[in-house]
Formats: sequence, C-alpha cells, structure tokens
Amino acid sequence: MADEALLKVQGVETYYGNIRALAGVDVEVHKGEIVSLIGANGAGKSTLMMTICGSPQARTGQVIFDGEDITKVPTHLIARRRIAQSPEGRRIFPRMTVLENLQMGANLDNLKYFKEDVEKIFTLFPRLKERQSQRGGTLSGGEQQMLSIGRALMARPKLLLLDEPSLGLAPLIVKGIFEAIKKLNQEEGLTVFLVEQNAFAALRLSDRAYVMVNGKVTMTGSGRELLANPEVRAAYLEGGRH
Amino acid sequence: MEYFIQQLANGLTLGSIYGLIAIGYTMVYGIIGMINFAHGDIFMLGGFAALIVFLIVTSFFAGVPVALMLLIMLVVAMLMTSLWNWTIERVAYRPLRGSFRLAPLITAIGMSIVLSNFIQVTQGPRNKPIPALVSDVYHFGAITISLKQIIIVVVTAVLLTIFWYIVNKTPLGRAQRATEQDRKMAALLGVDVDRTISITFVMGAALAAVAGTMYLMYYGVASFNDGFIPGVKAFTAAVLGGIGSLPGAVLGGLLIGLIESLWSAYFTIAYKDVATFALLAFVLIFKPTGILGRPEVEKV
Repeated sequence: MADEALLKVQGVETYYGNIRALAGVDVEVHKGEIVSLIGANGAGKSTLMMTICGSPQARTGQVIFDGEDITKVPTHLIARRRIAQSPEGRRIFPRMTVLENLQMGANLDNLKYFKEDVEKIFTLFPRLKERQSQRGGTLSGGEQQMLSIGRALMARPKLLLLDEPSLGLAPLIVKGIFEAIKKLNQEEGLTVFLVEQNAFAALRLSDRAYVMVNGKVTMTGSGRELLANPEVRAAYLEGGRH
Repeated sequence: MEYFIQQLANGLTLGSIYGLIAIGYTMVYGIIGMINFAHGDIFMLGGFAALIVFLIVTSFFAGVPVALMLLIMLVVAMLMTSLWNWTIERVAYRPLRGSFRLAPLITAIGMSIVLSNFIQVTQGPRNKPIPALVSDVYHFGAITISLKQIIIVVVTAVLLTIFWYIVNKTPLGRAQRATEQDRKMAALLGVDVDRTISITFVMGAALAAVAGTMYLMYYGVASFNDGFIPGVKAFTAAVLGGIGSLPGAVLGGLLIGLIESLWSAYFTIAYKDVATFALLAFVLIFKPTGILGRPEVEKV
C-alpha cells in the first residue's frame, strides 16, 4: 500500500438544503488501490461520490486530492484534475451517439488519445462497438452502464469513481465489469473508489472497504476482514436471504 | 404562376431573417430552458450597430465598395451584439440560475424593455433611414428578384452551414449539446458549463446581428421598436418548428416567412399576422412539441 493518500476525505459534511446527508465522513484512497464503500440505501454513498466532485460542495471538512485541497474547486476543474466518475443513474447523454458520449469523456485531452483509447474500451465492452452510432438513450440499461464506465475511462483518470456499476445488470455482465475493473487496476495501476449495493462482489474485489450508515462511516477494514465480520455479514451480505 | 413564384422568393427572404433570429431563441431555450425575450431587441441592436458603422465609415471614407461595406457592417454588428448578449447573460440571467423558473423570464422581459428604451433615448424615436446599398434587380420573365434577396438567402445558408458544423462536429458543439442534455454530467466531464452557456448567448447574438443587418439592408430603416414584431415572429417560428430544435427553428422561420408573404399576396395584408399565429395555434393543437420538436420524456 502506498503511504501517500491519493484521495483524502476529512470530516466532510454535505447538506441538501437543511438536510444533512453526510455527517463528518473520513475516507482515504491510496494510489493503486481498489476501495469500496458499502451501505444501505440513503446512507449517503452517492452523495459522498458527488461531494468528491464538488457537486454539491462539502459545507465543512476537506477533500484533498493529490495533496491539494479541492473542496471548493468547481466541478469541471476537479474533472480536469483527472477524477472521472460513472455516476448514479449512469447519466448517459441520451441524444448523443455512443461514440459521441465517449468523445465527451475524452474532451480533456481534446481527443488526442481518442483512437487508441476507444479501441481499448471496445475490447473491454464489445457491445459498445456494435452500437457505436446508436443514440445513448436507446441503449439497454446494461449497455448504458458500460458506456458510462467507458466514458469515465476515456478521461484517462487518476482516480475512477464508480457509483453502483452493477446496478440493473445481469450477473454475467456484472462479473465481466468487475473483472475489467480488476484488470485495469492490476495492469495499469488505476485507482478505483466504488460504491456498491452488491457488497459481496465489491468486498471480494477491494483492497479495503468502508461501511456507511446514515451519513457516517461506521466500519473500515480490508475487504477480507469485512467479509468475515459478523455485523457486516448480517447487515449487507445475508440480510436479504433470511 | 409567376406571381406565386415571386411571392415564394419574397417569403424565402423574410423567412431567412426569421430563421436566423429563431435560432437564438431555440438555442438558449435548449441549453438553459429559458425564453430569452430580449433576443428580439438584440436583433434590433444588431441593425443599429450596422447602421452606425455605415454612417461612420461613409463619413470618413467615400466610395467604399458595397461588398466590403456590408462585410464591415456585419462583422462589427456581430461583435457588438455578442458583447451585449454576453453582458446581459452575465448580469441579468446568470445570477438567477437555480432560482425559480419564472425569475429569468421576467428579467428577460425587463431586459427587452431596457434595450428598446435605451435605443429610443440614445438614437431617438424616429425611423432611421439608410441609403439603398444594393439596388440591382434581376428579371426572369415576370419575376423580379433583387440582389438584396439573393444576398440574404445566400448569407443565411452559408451561416447556417457553418453553424450546423459547429454544433454537430466540433468539441464546442458537443459541449453545448452535453450541457443541454445533462448539465451536471457535462461538468463531471470537465465542461465549463457557465462558459458554454455564455458562448451559446454569443452565438445566438451573432446570428441575430446578421439578421438585423440584413433586415436593415432589406427595408432601409431601423427603429427602436424593430425588435418587437420580428422578435415575436421569430419566437413563433422557434415554437412552430419545435423549440430546442435547430433545424426546427430554420424550418419554422421559413414557414412563417412564406405564410406571411403568400397571405399578403392572395388575401388581405392586414390579417397576415393573424394567419401566422393561427397556423401556430393549429400546429400546436396537433403537435404540441412543434413540427420537429421532441417529446420531453426520455428513456432513463
């Protein structure tokens, strides 16, 4: 594990109007790690992802990326520091083609690496290649998810934020996406911070993980530790099975 | 038949001007969901800027070639109105972003009044004439087509092509479309949303300035309240074509221009506006999103 944290979230509180969504969150992501964040609906996981990107900005606390305080930096400038996000709800541009959506991801470099990078994405998700001239809005949920991740990767991120990459996907595709993440992490040293409902898969994939409840981090540890932790098992792994 | 073709040519000319203005309405609506009611007055400002440039240039240099003259008028008018519209967006609309929906709309109406009154005070309330710049006419049998009309249609076509290219093929256009479709996501991808919106206002104003210059050249007068009726017509064109749709704005503009001239030719000219707005009502009954407009619902 690298000693210098790539991303450091310290005592962050985020509000929607008067409602406090994050109640003092501390999270660290080191270079080359895969870190996951698990928790129930409404725990504030997606809010944390968006707060890292400055939309909304944290009211108190700090977000430090690569040694610099980005808490009050506008969203588009945070993106230009190479934090890419595949956000909740995928947020594909519905009236742009698949290729144009990917071009949007590559805008930071003015499409300089577009050709080689897009080939990588197409190898990763061959479905996107078949659909490249189709409009984003006409894709199935799974295809949109692939496109959303692909678009984020096109930015050549230092830190990739994935919000529920498995949501609404068939198990086989989920497996494929998780393998792709692992591969990018191992081969290219991509740092990944992901939010997942699918806690089992996320914990197995991750070096470390955080558990979030009601806007607070309640537990942290390596993926294996949390997988073995009885509380985590009861709440997030076996909860639905009875 | 000749009479009909003649009216078609007249309608096309008028329609080109409406189309150029309508694009400004439709683009701004597309990107921030607001009707910029001051856009008609931006068009009027464009005409005045062109007129003033004309007067300045002719008072210093006699015998400037007409083509060069028109070019100078166009360029200066485009720059001036762009600056105006950029400033208006900055001071009057941007602070209200995120406010309730009606607020920028009311401000836009206020801005429209400010602009027309500003011109009325500084330039006087009377019509300002400009000598005929281009007076050549061509006869094809019984049909008369003036060089002015040809210039208007050609300039419009060229600008629309450039414009279409920018919106569809360049990174700037992509950023504009992304901002239009999902502002938050665009920002997450590094698009400077505020700057993109400013550029949209600037582009709309530049096209309106061209329309203003053409209008001035075509009719030979400029007046402080020129922004109102052509502004409303262009707005109607944008709605008729489907607000938010660029080809729709052009199509709507052409349709309104044609209806106006054909109605004036075959029926009473006094009711030409009634015909235009009746058509609008008729289309909206059967196609509430306009001719090329898309329904608001998107698959999520």
